[in-house]
Amino acid sequence: MLEVKNLHVTVDGQPILKGLDLSVGAGEVHAIMGPNGSGKSTLAYVLAGREGYEVTEGSILYQGRDLLDLSPEERARDGIFLAFQYPVEIPGVGTNSFLKTAVNAVRKHRGERELDAMEFMKLMREKRDLLGVNEEMLRRSLNVGFSGGEKKRTEILQMALLDPKLAVLDETDSGLDIDALKIVAEGVNALRSPDRAMVLITHYQRLLNYIVPDKVHVLAAGCIAKSGGKELAHQLEKEGYGDLAGKTGAAA
Amino acid sequence: MAASVDTAETVQSIAGDKYKYGFITDIESETAPRGLNEDTVRFISAKKNEPEWLLEWRLKAFRLWTGMTEPSWSKLGYPPIDYQDAYYYSAPKRKEAPKSLDEIDPELLKTYEKLGIPLREQEMLAGVAVDAVFDSVSVATTFRKKLEEKGIIFCSISEAVQNHPELVKKYLGSVVPYSDNFFATLNSAVFTDGSFVYVPEGVRCPMELSTYFRINAAQTGQFERTLIIADKGSYVSYLEGCTAPMRDENQLHAAVVELIALDDAEIKYSTVQNWYPGDENGKGGIYNFVTKRGACRGRNSQISWTQVETGSAITWKYPSCILQGENSVGKFYSIAITNNYQQADTGTKMIHIGKNTRSTIVSKGISAGKAQNTYRGLVKILPGAANARNHTQCDSLLIGDKCGAHTVPYIETRNRTARVEHEATTSKIDADQLFYCMQRGLSAEDSVSLIVNGFCKQVLQELPMEFAVEAQKLVGISLEGSVG
Amino acid sequence: MASETTTGLPYADRFAAIAATLPGQSVPWLRELREDSFARFAQLGLPTPRVEQWKYTNLHPLTKAGFEPAVVNGQGRGQIKALQPLSSLLPAEEPAHRLVFVNGLFRRDLSEIGALPEGVRLDGLGEALASEAESLAPMLGRAVRSGDNALLALNTALMADGCILRIGRGVSIDAPIHLVFVGAAEETALAFHPRNLIVAERDSRAVIFESHVASNGGVYWSNPVTEVTVEDGAEIQHYKFQDESLDAFHIALTEVEIGERGRYHSFVMTSGGRLSRQEIRAVLDGKGAECRLTGGYLARGKQHVDNTTEIVHAKPHTTSKEVYKGVLDEQGRAVFQGKIIVEKDAQKSDGHQLNRTLLLSDRAEIDTKPELEIYADDVKCSHGATAGELEESALFYLRARGIDETAARRMLIEAFLGDLGEDLASATVKAALQRRVSNWLAAI
Ligand SMILES: Nc1ncnc2c1ncn2[C@@H]1O[C@H](COP(=O)(O)OP(=O)(O)O)[C@@H](O)[C@H]1O
Ligand SMILES: [Mg+2]
Repeated sequence: MLEVKNLHVTVDGQPILKGLDLSVGAGEVHAIMGPNGSGKSTLAYVLAGREGYEVTEGSILYQGRDLLDLSPEERARDGIFLAFQYPVEIPGVGTNSFLKTAVNAVRKHRGERELDAMEFMKLMREKRDLLGVNEEMLRRSLNVGFSGGEKKRTEILQMALLDPKLAVLDETDSGLDIDALKIVAEGVNALRSPDRAMVLITHYQRLLNYIVPDKVHVLAAGCIAKSGGKELAHQLEKEGYGDLAGKTGAAA
Repeated sequence: MAASVDTAETVQSIAGDKYKYGFITDIESETAPRGLNEDTVRFISAKKNEPEWLLEWRLKAFRLWTGMTEPSWSKLGYPPIDYQDAYYYSAPKRKEAPKSLDEIDPELLKTYEKLGIPLREQEMLAGVAVDAVFDSVSVATTFRKKLEEKGIIFCSISEAVQNHPELVKKYLGSVVPYSDNFFATLNSAVFTDGSFVYVPEGVRCPMELSTYFRINAAQTGQFERTLIIADKGSYVSYLEGCTAPMRDENQLHAAVVELIALDDAEIKYSTVQNWYPGDENGKGGIYNFVTKRGACRGRNSQISWTQVETGSAITWKYPSCILQGENSVGKFYSIAITNNYQQADTGTKMIHIGKNTRSTIVSKGISAGKAQNTYRGLVKILPGAANARNHTQCDSLLIGDKCGAHTVPYIETRNRTARVEHEATTSKIDADQLFYCMQRGLSAEDSVSLIVNGFCKQVLQELPMEFAVEAQKLVGISLEGSVG
Repeated sequence: MASETTTGLPYADRFAAIAATLPGQSVPWLRELREDSFARFAQLGLPTPRVEQWKYTNLHPLTKAGFEPAVVNGQGRGQIKALQPLSSLLPAEEPAHRLVFVNGLFRRDLSEIGALPEGVRLDGLGEALASEAESLAPMLGRAVRSGDNALLALNTALMADGCILRIGRGVSIDAPIHLVFVGAAEETALAFHPRNLIVAERDSRAVIFESHVASNGGVYWSNPVTEVTVEDGAEIQHYKFQDESLDAFHIALTEVEIGERGRYHSFVMTSGGRLSRQEIRAVLDGKGAECRLTGGYLARGKQHVDNTTEIVHAKPHTTSKEVYKGVLDEQGRAVFQGKIIVEKDAQKSDGHQLNRTLLLSDRAEIDTKPELEIYADDVKCSHGATAGELEESALFYLRARGIDETAARRMLIEAFLGDLGEDLASATVKAALQRRVSNWLAAI
């Protein structure tokens, strides 16, 4: 599904990713862990096509196609979903109407019929209940005045509505208390399916107790420093990144 | 309709020996000769069979106007207007109407479609299909009956001059005197038509009065004059303009709107202005110089102006409130969008005279392309306006690096117990917000439209429901081509 | 039409005679500059309220005072009668280089200039104009960007003295430079036009205090023009206290040009003068330049106080911050006009402005005109303005804690103006600000 090869990315002329390789197959869940500032969000933004993140070397193939030529909205419509580490507030734009617009943009692209208001509300109600997002919140402006946890939950709700093929979750667990974490994890688990791939970016092993990954990678100083099974996460929890980060740092 | 049957005699008796300028033949043609002089004014007045006092009023305005100079304080740049190179009267009925939609500019039709206006309405708005017009006239008549039952007068100002001269005489020019400013004075001399509304004491107007059906009853001219009077304890909501561009070969529009609210009365005046803005190279487009002012004469009266200005090449417009009555309230909610080479210099004046008067100003300016967008406003608290309150919020949004956004508020406070607060911000459209929307699958253009609509929300929600939906679409359409 | 009637100044028609007595008349370019400037002034005349920039300040009273030039043949008219000790203008512990000007004329005998670091020139302008005008040519008019400004033209035509301060590359002057301008008129109304030239070369630093005081009552008109050039990486802190006599006119213009990473911080406290205006025009002319303008004003009686500022962001990544606050009592009237211009290429600029006024009386008036003119899109600009009386709820809160109303009011007013001091680097100025405020409040 996703093939990242020798990816080099600079931001404002500053090299951040320096030869990253990553391969994620359909149905797989990969966790990417790593210390602050190691380039995890940068990877997520590059996948989603954010301006200002310049790929200087390497390639990204998504479903066998070159991803780098596509605009952010084309990627989104083709099934790439990014749950933002910091969801953006958009004053005056109702959450409900935003989601309806987005869902229909994606449906249209897929050649599906656009949903009318009633159908959308029905779909929304289903997904909403799943994630314990209350209705009142959805009537407010998008992310405006939402607590950290509410923002993260709405991100997962959006994922459920948009039904992506590749979901990248950037620190969706940070700032959540244990109950909220469980709800979010359940939501994510419910969306696991053989034709959907997921990349979980996280700091802590905690999330991985609830969403069990197929693979764990450590991102340090701009490359994947180590990969392994789910037991790698436990090891990192005990030993920290110090060693790994240092090693690659010295090598770079 | 106004100015239909006229004889040379009528004109002769009024115009006296001015005849020699060859007006007789022109009367037959229903069009005054090109140019502007006293005879043009007499001609218009005669066409409309106006009483002597009104002709005198027009002439006073005209004489004053000849000595006035066009104001130059705004941030607007446009080539000098040749006031002699225009027609000041042309009977609307004689305008050649297109026979079917096939004859209408396809660009115009595209806009209608985007706005989701049904075909039938499209025909009406473009002035096609005679039966559609008849149809709507009969609809209008039904409405009119309903209004008459309540004693509400809603007609063209020409009709009002004939049928309700006492009201017109009492209120015309009482808010915007004929000497007010260059454009208002010109309007006073040569206004051709417009709306007249009178809501009697204690009556709540049961429906929104709108140009939607008025447009066929009296075609809007270049020099529109509107007068709305809300008597004690009454309420009226008036919607002006249509959400379709009205193409007009005439470049200059100089309208005057006067509102009067007596004790406990409320007037809501909403405008969606989408006149032809010119093309993407700045060619063509309407010059819109409008004087709108409301007087809150009575205690507890309220006037609110809501405007969505997306059209015109030049907009010069400051809908204002004179808050004279104690506890009276003035509101101004505005969205002004300029794209390509459009220029807008718009805002409001809130003049606090009475005690406990309150005003609110919310202005959202959006500038894209090579456009210039200026908010200009005055808040004046006079010494007698104890406990007056004003809150002003002016936000500007820039899309692209070739446009400009300017904020020029004047705040004059002469009462200790008043409280005046003004806030203004200018920034560009937020890149994070754009990316977030696009990550959810929205196109760049839709994302801009969505974000701008959010930015304008506070104003849009002041519009009557059905208007708000169309206005939202209009916001998106006006910004088309603003993002690469 | 360039005559008495348009300029409105009684001695305007005597320009040739007066000019002959001014320093530097033997220098052709200087003589020409004065003549051209006077012609410009005569053509423009005193600005009237019809000129947008002067909408709220009417200079008509100037035409009625019958001003005479304060300096004749290098000799000052007017005697200092009773001047408060100069040391009281600043807290005594602050060592400073002090230059005293009486009716615009530099008085070396009253001044005290200590040892200055190498590369610093600090002197009176008059002598320099007379003896070494050439060295001034590159400085004079360097920071001026105003186009048609009648009073600037008049100043250039009639300047007799002032201060020259040039700080060499990389030099820091530790002790503040204190410029004291004393007005001393008697029966005859006097006018003077000091010109101050300040150049901070690359990476240099200095702190400047200005005090404007009166030695006796009397009607005089001070029309100072100060040019400040802040070169790349340099920093100027400029503090001004205007405590002119209540019969005086004080119309000041400060023009500032700021280079890359340069910083200019200004503070102006106005409590004197019958009619006063402080206009500051600053151009942020290099990447990373910063400008901060802070101002306080107190007016009572029939005082009229005008603060007019214009900040031009001409280059990218420039920052400006502006806060003006004032309190008006009796028939005091204040004007605040603040304009922020962001030019086309000045992307990533930040400009913020705030003006707040407390009205204590029913006859006080504040006219505010904050203005944004933005031609670049990647900017963050804002302004805010408020006017009104003290917050009733705050007053009530204090009284509910047992504080009597007068004390509570005073406390709140002090707090209102006090936070002007928060942004000021100089403790001396903070203390002086506080003293000014409490003296003023004591008279309520
Ligand atoms: N806009 C930017 N300009 C310059 N550096 C940036 C920018 N955004 C991120 N960086 C830098 O890139 C590095 C990686 O950041 P990020 O991908 O957010 O790390 P992580 O998500 O792993 O904490 C950090 O050193 C950060 O400071
Ligand atoms: Mg991150």
